[in-house]
Amino acid sequence: MKRCDVNRCHVKKKTGWFIVGGLLVALLLAGFVSNFASADPDGLDSAALEGCTVDDGGNITGGTCIAQGGKDHELLDSPLADYGLRGIDNAFLSTGLSGVLGVLLTFGIGGGIFWLARRGKHAAPSADENADVAENVEPSVHAESR
Amino acid sequence: MQNLAMHIANGIIDGPVAAAFGAVALFGLAICLARGRGDLDDRLAPLAGLVAAFIFAVQMLNFPIFTAAVSGHLLGGTLAAILVGPWVGALCVSVVLIVQALVFADGGVTALGLNITNMALIGTAAGYLMVVLLLRVLPRTNTGLAVTAFVAALVGVLAASMGFVAEFALGGAVDLGNSISILAGTMAGTHLFIGIGEGLITAVTVLAVARTRPDLVYALRKLPAKTPAKLVVPAGGVT
Repeated sequence: MKRCDVNRCHVKKKTGWFIVGGLLVALLLAGFVSNFASADPDGLDSAALEGCTVDDGGNITGGTCIAQGGKDHELLDSPLADYGLRGIDNAFLSTGLSGVLGVLLTFGIGGGIFWLARRGKHAAPSADENADVAENVEPSVHAESR
Repeated sequence: MQNLAMHIANGIIDGPVAAAFGAVALFGLAICLARGRGDLDDRLAPLAGLVAAFIFAVQMLNFPIFTAAVSGHLLGGTLAAILVGPWVGALCVSVVLIVQALVFADGGVTALGLNITNMALIGTAAGYLMVVLLLRVLPRTNTGLAVTAFVAALVGVLAASMGFVAEFALGGAVDLGNSISILAGTMAGTHLFIGIGEGLITAVTVLAVARTRPDLVYALRKLPAKTPAKLVVPAGGVT
């Protein structure tokens, strides 16, 4: 009601709640559900290990496979390396907290980049016609927001 | 949750080829940024941030594929493309991959170009092309949208997995001593099942968004329906 027209504010507010809701879902998934994820190697990893024998600790003990070419990661010292928070001994908490931090970090960095790169209130006018109709049902509002 | 490395590590693909794909990725991202700016407005920007954060979260959720002791996880390119468009969508997946490589030590930093090329560029492009195709022939109903999301996501995952096979053929560091087609077969086999998981997650997520806020689904907003009645798309697109 203050700086933007009423309906624009209304739309923003609704989308704002959608973002908040979506973030809560993401935080729940990364912070809690992540602890129930499968620990088996993923499709790429298992293909990379094909041909090698592997012990319980995940170390290659023999054979020939793609993974043998692998070198250490540059940032193994990162406090969040391998989706755990260093210093937290409880595995459940460590994984969950790393997930929560990852979601917030990704939203902050991604959202920040996209916000800086955006064109302004409205994207390309011609392509946006449909979007306007979708967010504002009243035709008068449609005209106003142009 | 022991070893959670999910993406290509350092050294798997030799230096020159990894560097070449670094250049490919940079070029691709530059195009995506240039084209994506046309889509990014005050509303899409925070939504795209949410899509990136959501993909990060769901990538942590490795699911079993049941045929072997192998898991899979969302790649997210098709999901992102449906929700925020192919250009911004590829950027969303890239942001996730960059955060994972630089903060979570997942996916080598020197392999970032390889991972971005496969999952952000190839996966998103293949998935979105399928979306464009399927939305043209399938009815604009919840079912039509769900089938579109499922099939497109599956195709996107398979395409991304073949990206790795191509990169390994060009610059694999280990000589396996057998033909590349065996690797292609292994990758296609597991990623077919991973693609089913990706398809289910993508379909459920897209439907959830389409039911609450159909105006936030890029693919419904921007792709014309079979009938040229333009204004019907957002209002009656999902019933």
